[in-house]
Amino acid sequence: MSKETISLWVNEAPHRVEIEPGESLLSLLRDRLGLTGTKNGCGEGHCGACTVIVDGRAVRSCVYPAARAEGKRVETIEGLARDGALHPLQRAFIAEGAVQCGFCTPGMIMAAKALLDRTPNPSDAEIRRALRHNLCRCTGYSSILRAVRAAQAQMRAAQAEPPDASAATSAAAYTSARPLAAVGRSLPRPDARAKVTGQAVYSADLRFPGMLHAKVLRSRYPHARLLGVDTRRAAALPGVVAVLTARDVPGVNRHGLERPDWPVLCDDKARYIGDAIAVAAAETEALAAQALELIEVAYEPLEVVDSPERGLEPDAPLVHESGNVAKHIHLERGDLAEGWARADVIVERTYRTARAEHAFLEPECSVAVPEADGRLTVHVGSQIPFDDRRQIAAALGLPESQVRVVHAETGGTFGGKEDIAGQIHAALAAWVTRRPVRLLYTRPESIIAHPKRHPTVIHLKTGATREGKLVALEARILGDTGAYASLGPYVMTRTATHATGPYEIPHVWIDCHAVYTNNIPSGAFRGFGVPQAAFAMESQMDLLAEQLGLSPWEIRRRNAFHTGSLTATGQELRESVGLLETLDRVQAAWRALDSPWAYQTAEGKRRGWGLACAFKNVGLGGGAPDTAGASVEITTEGHIQVRAGAAEVGQGLVGVLAQIAAEELGVGPERAEVLVGDTALTLDGGATTASRQTYITGNAARLAAQALRETLAAVASAALGKPAAPLRFADGRIGDGERWLAWEEAVALARGAGCALRAERVYRPPETRPLGQGGDMHFAFGYATQAAEVEVDPATGEVTVLRVIAAHDVGQAINPLGVIGQVEGGVVMGAGLALTEDLPMRDGLPLATNLAQYRIPTVEEVPEILPIIVEDPAQEGPYGAKGIGEIPSIPTAAAIANAIHAACGARVYEIPATPERVREASTREASTREARTREARTRAPMPGRGSGRAAGDSR
Amino acid sequence: MWRAYLTPTTLEEALAMLAEHRGEARIIAGGTDLVLQSQQGKCPSTVMVDITRLPGLDQIAERDGYLQIGALATHGQVASSPLIRERAEVLALACGWVGGPQIRNVATLVGNVVNALPAADGAVALFALDAEAEVVNLRGRRWLPVAELYRGVGLCTIDSCVELVTALRFRALGPGQRSAYERLAPRRVLALPIVTVAAVIEIAEGRFVEARIAVGPVAPTPFRAVRAEAALVGQPVTAEVIAQAAALAAADAQPRDSATRGSREYRLDMVEALVRRALSQVMTG
Repeated sequence: MSKETISLWVNEAPHRVEIEPGESLLSLLRDRLGLTGTKNGCGEGHCGACTVIVDGRAVRSCVYPAARAEGKRVETIEGLARDGALHPLQRAFIAEGAVQCGFCTPGMIMAAKALLDRTPNPSDAEIRRALRHNLCRCTGYSSILRAVRAAQAQMRAAQAEPPDASAATSAAAYTSARPLAAVGRSLPRPDARAKVTGQAVYSADLRFPGMLHAKVLRSRYPHARLLGVDTRRAAALPGVVAVLTARDVPGVNRHGLERPDWPVLCDDKARYIGDAIAVAAAETEALAAQALELIEVAYEPLEVVDSPERGLEPDAPLVHESGNVAKHIHLERGDLAEGWARADVIVERTYRTARAEHAFLEPECSVAVPEADGRLTVHVGSQIPFDDRRQIAAALGLPESQVRVVHAETGGTFGGKEDIAGQIHAALAAWVTRRPVRLLYTRPESIIAHPKRHPTVIHLKTGATREGKLVALEARILGDTGAYASLGPYVMTRTATHATGPYEIPHVWIDCHAVYTNNIPSGAFRGFGVPQAAFAMESQMDLLAEQLGLSPWEIRRRNAFHTGSLTATGQELRESVGLLETLDRVQAAWRALDSPWAYQTAEGKRRGWGLACAFKNVGLGGGAPDTAGASVEITTEGHIQVRAGAAEVGQGLVGVLAQIAAEELGVGPERAEVLVGDTALTLDGGATTASRQTYITGNAARLAAQALRETLAAVASAALGKPAAPLRFADGRIGDGERWLAWEEAVALARGAGCALRAERVYRPPETRPLGQGGDMHFAFGYATQAAEVEVDPATGEVTVLRVIAAHDVGQAINPLGVIGQVEGGVVMGAGLALTEDLPMRDGLPLATNLAQYRIPTVEEVPEILPIIVEDPAQEGPYGAKGIGEIPSIPTAAAIANAIHAACGARVYEIPATPERVREASTREASTREARTREARTRAPMPGRGSGRAAGDSR
Repeated sequence: MWRAYLTPTTLEEALAMLAEHRGEARIIAGGTDLVLQSQQGKCPSTVMVDITRLPGLDQIAERDGYLQIGALATHGQVASSPLIRERAEVLALACGWVGGPQIRNVATLVGNVVNALPAADGAVALFALDAEAEVVNLRGRRWLPVAELYRGVGLCTIDSCVELVTALRFRALGPGQRSAYERLAPRRVLALPIVTVAAVIEIAEGRFVEARIAVGPVAPTPFRAVRAEAALVGQPVTAEVIAQAAALAAADAQPRDSATRGSREYRLDMVEALVRRALSQVMTG
């Protein structure tokens, strides 16, 4: 192995760099030059996050040999801004909300720059073509396309005349129907600038002196007894510092959010292919990987439980000694027999949904650092810093005070970074070696190890009266929860309680099993079990409508939740039920498009619209502790610092908190800084999950800011000689309209008087009750209606989503730009669920382990999305706000499935609706129709049944 | 992983390097597949002979009555070349499907052939164009039909440890010839195709005069649907004739069941559907 020195230009600066044989340009940039703005999303050339420009052309730096860069000119994200002035693309990405988690952003901007440098006036198709190899999981690409167009317009304008600073941007024009001073305004995220310049620090960007690299040995078999692990050869390899097994776990060798059933390192058995057997820490990543190959493991392979059906069979092997049923969920309301007696039509069908991967662009990475004072700090981009701390401390046998978890910038989570993934392994290795340790997952490792969306089988029997009122629902649900509980029992509870959809049904019987198997665990994933239920129930709604001769709009309108409705759990919805308004707004928007519900194009393609409604709880509910804390401080230079234990995972909470604090204190949001997720510096914020943080941490920050406001009001009251209560805080001053005191002056007076200029509050939402105990299971729900237009190619079964109208009741939009971003991103994620995303497993082994085989939507699949914000305020929510994180993903797949049926008559009962499945369904439908027609000819003619569906589909 | 990365500046030098590190060294051009294979330990070669600095190999030109594409011409160059777009459209279309700009800017069409994967878009079009490849080693140069370079999935008869392909060539489409490229994939882009079909067709006076139909990746290598071609030539352009040819093309395919790309039955049906579509595309296009 011979090192080699190469010369190249990076961002116009000459460099001479020594490289290793086999080194990639990405490693040269990140590890040798410290230019960590270029991201490593997969290391396999599939995601585009590592895109840089070499000699004017976009390339993937992860598979570009560093040696080839000799003499070349390389441009990276760090070189875009000149003398502090951002490039038009960077400005446009900020203004259009095209930045969420920010991990794809540098590569995306570089790909866009490579395009605009050569093609100053690209068409829409050319923009999509240029960005098709850059995956984004947050934004749904719509805002990115807007940003590129805006930048292009600005660059063109700049050539002809001075830059037009006031160029109006499209998405930023959204405002709340009830805008306040800061709340309700579309504002750029406070972290956007760092993310578009490559300055944002994700955990893999951290470097510490003497840092070791850890790698995890994972099980060879999906199910095996562990007979012995011999690490001697691995440990003897020069450069290897520690090789750790279950014996080295000083504390509890189990973790788990719902129950501690997941070994930190396997001791008795391996239960899935991602199970961790040993951890090696070495001077380099390559040495750590080499060490893994020298570990000898004796396994006794056991029969694999490959499906929940198998898991329930009496002779099935046990995944856990406690039995294969991880959770049985049952709920009933009314009297099913009575329901069936009242039903004039009954539809009974079985639906299947696939295992889905989060495919956040940033792979898991934990960096553990032993501190001089003996404590341990773990930097990680995860969803629950305080639970990470609890679980790390328990495994290491340390008091929680000895462990500090610092939430790093996080490149997307979507539920997939709730469970422990490397935090404990990195901490353990650092604890043992007393050196900083970085553990970065490879992309295949990420896909194999972390929990997925539950594959489900949902059998629904639904009855309605002739008038179209739902009267009975029987649901039997089976979920593959995989090898460990993760959050599976809660997820499947949500599938069960949301099985009715957002509809009143008096007689309900729902039975659900979450079953252990030897597959990859299933856990949280945006929507938390509800997208699966929505696909099934919304398909049923269309089937019933068809039988009843009702339109898809009408059957939903007749059954939709409204104030006073009871859910399946018997909870009365007392307020903030914006469902009907979302339905009406979608219908009005569809009418305005003047697009037929179903028609055939000149090329013989079939087009159709489909509808789906959804509801989703906000907050954990079910009696779980659901509190969060926040503090607000006014610093001596007059800034507002908000601190909260919640996680910023791309969703935009930092902006929401800044706007809330600014609103209460009457200053501009640019004055507010937000620090999140540091267990040493913030109050516990609980999990960033269940669409809960705007509501809960938002309320905590609001209460803390209000406490400061009262302090300032008291001071101002004395200074102005006016009563405190009616004083207004606006535009950086405090007063009653006649007399005003400058905000800074009030702050100075308060400080001078010795008042505390920091307040902390813990917000506890209204009480909820566990399932089966009556009362409110949840304190708030979001509601949505989406309509999707698809085009089906009858020859191949290919489906293209053309347009999606998405109306969401968010109570109150704190930052409408952020809401739009959640809706667009959620819709595209839902489209993936509907059409392309599937992680099949056979005998406990995944059949897709990279981002080429697991197919999330690219920019080429993105429909036109028309978001509509509905604001039916929730009394307790901050300014009436609820949550928006998950629900945009819930109705989309169902709406697309219904649209496929409208378009071509084919009903898919299994998603993703692959071309093969659609064609199969379409062939099935055609033969049924033919048989029906034959039958009809021999008997009486059948009355036309309604919805203008394309008839006479010949194939 | 490689231990040495060599950058020759002449063809002779490149061949000498291969000879010097006999068996250990391998030609690398775009390297989009090879770099990853090497990083993942799936390529035994320890010396990479990078030919991207060899002069003149990135040309796309008309020469001796052929369209000739140099070994360093990327998919991006081929897809946007006016010469190829006007006179061998099927190849420009196929190359345009490959990856995104990051791949098209780097991956060479010759590399696509030498990699010998049946899913390679460009290669399927080259089959329909009856393309030839110029193979150079220390013994000299020879032209071989592209179809002869394939001997199985990922297996090329060219040994990149001793020789290299320096160019591809084929006859430009004549004035009466039209071409089409059809592709079906589980995701529109960045996904291996379920079926691809490249067709070059000549029609005169309502009859098929010539038909070349290449199909991938439904067999170990791309292949020409010769029975379908024969069924077309001399026949009138009717839906029945086209349907019959499409069925014959499917009969020659041997796809495997794929958990992620569809069942064998579906893929056979899709060969038929795409051949039909390519032929109608040619007629209407």
